[in-house]
Amino acid sequence: MTYPPDEPSEEAAAPDTSPAGSRMPPLGAVAVATAQDPPPDGWAVRMRDVAKSFGAVVANRDATLDVARGEIHALVGENGAGKSTLMRVLSGLYAPEGGSIEVNGRDVTGWKTTDAIAAGVGMVHQHFMLVNTLTVAENVVLGQEPLRGFTIDMARSIADVRALSARSGLKVDPTARIADLSVGEAQRVEILKALYRGAKILILDEPTAVLSPPEVRELWQVLRALRANGGTVILITHKLDEVIDVSDTITVMRAGRTVTRMATADTTPRDIAKAMVGREVALALDASPGIQVTGENRAGRAHAVSKAMRTALSVEGLTVRGDRGTIAIQNLSFTIAPGEVLGIAGVEGNGQTELLEAIAGLRASESGRIVLEDTSLMGLDVRERADAGLSHVPEDRHRRGLVLDYTVAENLILGRQHHFTSRGLLGGTLDRARIEANAASQIKAFDIRPPIASLAARALSGGNQQKVVIAREMGREFRVLLAAQPTRGVDVGAIEFIHAQIRAARDAGKGILLVSADLPEVLALSDRIAVMYGGKFVTVLPAEECDAEVLGPYMTGAAA
Amino acid sequence: MKGPWYKLASAFLAPLVALAIAAVIGDLLILSFGEAPATVFRLLVEGTWGNPYGLGQVLYKATTLTCTGLAFAIAGRAGLFNVGAEGQLAMGGFAAAVVGLLLPVSMPGVIATVLCLVAAISAGAAVGAVPGALRAKFGASEVIVTIMLNFVVLALLNWLVAAKIHVAETLHTPPIAAGGVARISDAFPAFHGSAANWTLLIAIVAALGSAWYLFRTRAGYELRAVGLQPDAAEYGGVRVSRVLFTTMCLSGGLAGLGGMNFVLGYKGYYEEGFAGGAGFLGIAVALVGRNHPLGILLAALLFATLSQGGLAVNALVPKQLTDILSAVVILAVATAVPEVQRQLRAAAAAAASSLAGVMRGPA
Repeated sequence: MTYPPDEPSEEAAAPDTSPAGSRMPPLGAVAVATAQDPPPDGWAVRMRDVAKSFGAVVANRDATLDVARGEIHALVGENGAGKSTLMRVLSGLYAPEGGSIEVNGRDVTGWKTTDAIAAGVGMVHQHFMLVNTLTVAENVVLGQEPLRGFTIDMARSIADVRALSARSGLKVDPTARIADLSVGEAQRVEILKALYRGAKILILDEPTAVLSPPEVRELWQVLRALRANGGTVILITHKLDEVIDVSDTITVMRAGRTVTRMATADTTPRDIAKAMVGREVALALDASPGIQVTGENRAGRAHAVSKAMRTALSVEGLTVRGDRGTIAIQNLSFTIAPGEVLGIAGVEGNGQTELLEAIAGLRASESGRIVLEDTSLMGLDVRERADAGLSHVPEDRHRRGLVLDYTVAENLILGRQHHFTSRGLLGGTLDRARIEANAASQIKAFDIRPPIASLAARALSGGNQQKVVIAREMGREFRVLLAAQPTRGVDVGAIEFIHAQIRAARDAGKGILLVSADLPEVLALSDRIAVMYGGKFVTVLPAEECDAEVLGPYMTGAAA
Repeated sequence: MKGPWYKLASAFLAPLVALAIAAVIGDLLILSFGEAPATVFRLLVEGTWGNPYGLGQVLYKATTLTCTGLAFAIAGRAGLFNVGAEGQLAMGGFAAAVVGLLLPVSMPGVIATVLCLVAAISAGAAVGAVPGALRAKFGASEVIVTIMLNFVVLALLNWLVAAKIHVAETLHTPPIAAGGVARISDAFPAFHGSAANWTLLIAIVAALGSAWYLFRTRAGYELRAVGLQPDAAEYGGVRVSRVLFTTMCLSGGLAGLGGMNFVLGYKGYYEEGFAGGAGFLGIAVALVGRNHPLGILLAALLFATLSQGGLAVNALVPKQLTDILSAVVILAVATAVPEVQRQLRAAAAAAASSLAGVMRGPA
């Protein structure tokens, strides 16, 4: 769980793929609310016209943020909107190129991280920065260790952390090793670390991406308790339900600028989404209307499917070992019909990754059978399984889904390179004309921006990188799609597009296995929902009978 | 937008800056010996590129360095660090000599030479196959295995030559009877006395072939994917361990090919220690040549020039000066290239943003 030190995040490094003017209305169209009246307790943070760019990529310009002391402030916006950059400026990681920053009424423009920590500004990054082999207490005190002579006073460290843990409601055992913690617990340690350093203004970057619904609720309680004690919280997120749940005030950013600032009580998810994207969007997270709409489709399709009565994918008695040699999947059986989406809900790390890897041929299975229509996949390698009609959108596009230094055109043939080869020695030479033609048509069909086939995939924004993966896996003949976290870290506009692609594939009779940590996404797309816990399906329910309340207990293993 | 000028600048400007830095440091060193830098550098150029003999020696040295540089680069493109070119080169040369000795004198020269060539490549590949297999099967670090294998191979060859097939009072094998590569001086008498031979052409073909293999074939696409992101390659249906193994064989084969230059093109026999560090210098060649086969051709010429130039300037300054210069070039490239590239990226980005501003027009 140790990550490289802060490199510009995906959103900061991504080029501005929607140059001003292409799809956004002039910014003047939305009133930029800069709060005028000082709040009762004064301002915790005032950022004015902050500018920051990375080469040609403008991450922030005219970014403005006003956070009152003692509030939970949500900073929302699409990928690449500049939220993380703005917060890194606030926490001293980046020096702004223009504008001013005030913290607690003091001008701190251009300060360093050490100054920010000393002034009580703490940031919890999206990727944890913990030393895996050390204990919770050791991680929390790291850099500020209480000393006894020349040695660390371990007993005091543990006592301090235990007290802090009790006071803040962040339950975690100070003597446990980080490596043994769940993701949710590791996040609590990150927050404890910030609090231990005296953070009064706590910045959280996408804190819920890795949490189950009960863990999210717990986090909200912690944040509310902080607020009650006079703390200020800035929450970066693009999940609108969370914004509504927990925040007092919302600032929306788009293309590096602040678009609007509003009181949570006076707004709706639809308004926020509109401000984020600059136009109306269909929201998967408007759960009830979304499900009603797909419910109609579902009735029609159920009819068509019952006629065919075949299986797209069948898995029987599958047992798979995880990386540490423990059983990750135990005797699992299920089938997916053509034109059906089977959604897998569950907290990450309960065997979802291993299941998809086993089906795709990336991981050996101990026992069991996997059959795609009439073809047994056992004994076939990754390439043969793909040729048999299996498409796979992997959960981590940066590690598996893309070769980041390859061009978009090269990435669009990954896994199908043997189909873009003319006969010859050494597996043949690449047929560049066909590779380029393929890229041109996929870029057009999937609206990949900027539409430049020779650009390295690394230079694309997260959403467009994911579109490259989606284009490659769905823009070809396939029978079964494995889609893992298909919209993770992707902006609202791209989510809408990807969901439409998945629905279209389902309507075209493909079998789809969807794994997502985003419960609203599973609810919106699936026909049946399986909850995975401890390497098993603890329940499989028709989507109509599911909501977060029904699935929550299964996801945490409380119900079985 | 990163245009073609950016690619060109990135490929050539960075090494040139590194060379300029090396030249400045070289000046200071020469001054410290009380000599005029201009005089020494003129001597260096005259003694290498300034006369056919010197040029021939440069070409001869560059031939071996091209092979070992390619060996390192092709492994590097697959994410492998082949430090074993020294042993692979020696084994290639030894195998060529042994085959040359065993073949009947009556065999036509062309056939015999081709058989020696095949032997050199195969023997180098066999030495590369060991770390390749250990890495592919067991995940053993190829860095450690190749380093250690150098000692094993060199010791084995020394024993074979000393105990079995040497000419009395020497550390070399008898001259081979069949096969051989003609000296360039046979066709161009001006090169008389230099070791340059037509193995040079084989090395150039190897470089062009490597470039084609890496950038035009499916195997090269998969090889580079393995080097950049093994997990993505595996996801893309590439059998990663197989690529690692075949790449190490290929890398060893390229180094082994270099053995032809000395054994068939120059001396006509295998001699203990003929590799003389060319295997290790290949790492520097690949580094300066940016792991690109065509860059390696240029970098091999550079290091060959410095090596030969040391002899040319020996009258004024110690010949070790050019060894120091080689080292300075390596250090300068290692440090200056990333910095120059960073600057270039920033410049390209600034140009792009101002261009975008112009195209967007007034807000």
